[in-house]
Amino acid sequence: MEDAARILQLVVNGAASGCIYGLIALGFVLIYKATEMVNFAQGDIMMLGGFVAFSLIAWFHLPYWIGALLAVIITAAFGYALDAIVLRRVIGQPQFAVVMLTLGLGFIFRAAAGITWGYDSVGFNTPFTNKTVNIGGLVLGEDNLSIIVGTLLLCGVLYLFFSRTRIGIAMQAASQNQLAAYYMGIPVRTIFSLIWAISAGVACLAGILLSPVSMIDVNMGGLAIKAFAAAVIGGFGSIPGSLVGGVIVGIVEQFAGYKLPAGFQEVTSNVVLLLMLFIRPQGLFAERMGKRV
Amino acid sequence: MRHLFRTDYRQDIALWRHNGDRFWYGLLVLSVLVAPAVLGEFYIGELGAVFIFAIAGVGLMLLVGYTGLISLGHAAFLGIGAYTNAVLLAQGVPFLVTLPVAGLFTALCGAAIGRPTLRMSGLYLAIATLAFGSIVGTVFQKWTAVTGGFDGFAVPAPYVFGISIDGATGIYYVSLAVLVLVLFVAANLLRSPTGRALVAIRDSEVSAQSMGIHLARYKTLAFAISAGMTGLAGALFAHYVRYLAPDAFDVLLSVQFVTIVFVGGLGSLRGAVLGAMFVRLLPQFIAVVRDDLPFGIGRLPGLEPSLFGLTLVLVILFQPGGLNGMWLKTKQWFQAFPFKRQASFRRQKTYARSERLR
Repeated sequence: MEDAARILQLVVNGAASGCIYGLIALGFVLIYKATEMVNFAQGDIMMLGGFVAFSLIAWFHLPYWIGALLAVIITAAFGYALDAIVLRRVIGQPQFAVVMLTLGLGFIFRAAAGITWGYDSVGFNTPFTNKTVNIGGLVLGEDNLSIIVGTLLLCGVLYLFFSRTRIGIAMQAASQNQLAAYYMGIPVRTIFSLIWAISAGVACLAGILLSPVSMIDVNMGGLAIKAFAAAVIGGFGSIPGSLVGGVIVGIVEQFAGYKLPAGFQEVTSNVVLLLMLFIRPQGLFAERMGKRV
Repeated sequence: MRHLFRTDYRQDIALWRHNGDRFWYGLLVLSVLVAPAVLGEFYIGELGAVFIFAIAGVGLMLLVGYTGLISLGHAAFLGIGAYTNAVLLAQGVPFLVTLPVAGLFTALCGAAIGRPTLRMSGLYLAIATLAFGSIVGTVFQKWTAVTGGFDGFAVPAPYVFGISIDGATGIYYVSLAVLVLVLFVAANLLRSPTGRALVAIRDSEVSAQSMGIHLARYKTLAFAISAGMTGLAGALFAHYVRYLAPDAFDVLLSVQFVTIVFVGGLGSLRGAVLGAMFVRLLPQFIAVVRDDLPFGIGRLPGLEPSLFGLTLVLVILFQPGGLNGMWLKTKQWFQAFPFKRQASFRRQKTYARSERLR
């Protein structure tokens, strides 16, 4: 019985951190689906979002909910500007140039955050910090549960947005065929910047949800490599796939930490990623496609 | 201005375009050969390090600049080459055997990673190599029986024909010889059908495939050659640092290698050497001006990576030709002297190219 409870707890913890990976991966996938760019700075945008929320809540003493909402809006505006000012310029350059551009931007964000907020870990009080719920003898941290619930809510909102609103449908159209979308009168460039904004907002939310579990610090963007594993498992183009991939990576990591000697937990996500590429490189949720000439 | 009149098809693939090239490169080789007699030990050591980075840069240039793939794990290949060389030397194998073996073994590792990932789009290689790099870093730390872990690994002194080449000058000459060899191999490869296949893959995968190029095979070949050259650089790097620590081969080093390629100028072997000079000189430059910068900027912990990031961003946005492109533009400015126009170097408008499968 003891063991079953332990395993259930590991699953919940794994699912919680997996949701964070899934949210970062969601950001990659949104941008990749629309613009065929991969944003290697996604983890660093999450870090910036976390720090913005920290300054609003801990420095300006805003209530948690208002501070979190404002932080998401500010980070989304930042994402919009990033695309409009920097990334729009490299359209047409080879893919690897974009990879290196975003990687370089990530290093700059890290330095900027280090100058602004310092290199120490910080945290702020959330309604979920250090609280537990007892469900049928199973003790779970409210922080972990808040991550899972928050992710599920966000997915519902995004689903409704993409399927019901005009802008959401325009985004789907633009990511399926840019030229046809132009002909239908969709402002494709603005739509792409808006997608960057959504993706930055999601990253910021991931940072806020993560903050009660682990502190905010300059190098938290390193989580992005685990999110890559999540995105690859999901097939790098499927939004539900990236969340499922994230949860898989999170749970595998928790069990590796439980069973394997210390130090191996850090690389499990990388091993999972490479194994996935060896066995089924198109991912679990691959769409069948031919090549367009 | 020099005009080349082609009278022979072989001129198209000649290594030297004209006698001017022969003269200037001959002079360069000569001055590099006599440099140890003139310069001090410190400068020779640094120049040797530039050569080592240039070897890895040429390898990565073949991959990024000519095949259009990107690797974020070349530091791991440098590490594999370094540890293979050092471990074999410690077993008593002579240096002239361990050096090529280090290169070959690293090339095999590259093929093993490249073969499965390269079936997918080039993006997956970037992600897979990033993951591979971090796994290899952990292996270096944990496999203490072979690598010594964080205690480090003292690299035995290498002997060539019974002569110890442990000093800065010895490493300098060996690195120079390997660099010349690697440049020769790369230049020859690029004028062969294989090299043309690689360039075709870079420019359009679909058209390369319809010309009968086996994409996965050529991409794997390019990746293996690139990894092998980096492995050679790693073997020399082991002698340059003399004491291997597992945390030296991290992502930042991989980013430095890619910076070599971008700053030097994509698609030019000369660019790889120029980029290596830039990447080795930047930290030295930071060390010199560190204390003179205002507001304590010089003492920020993340200064070096952020400068590399900034350089990458600026080069990609404003000078995609890199140092080599700047050199070509300057040369053209002088050759065409009063006739340089605003439009001479204007970039063509580019459009999004979809590689998407549908």
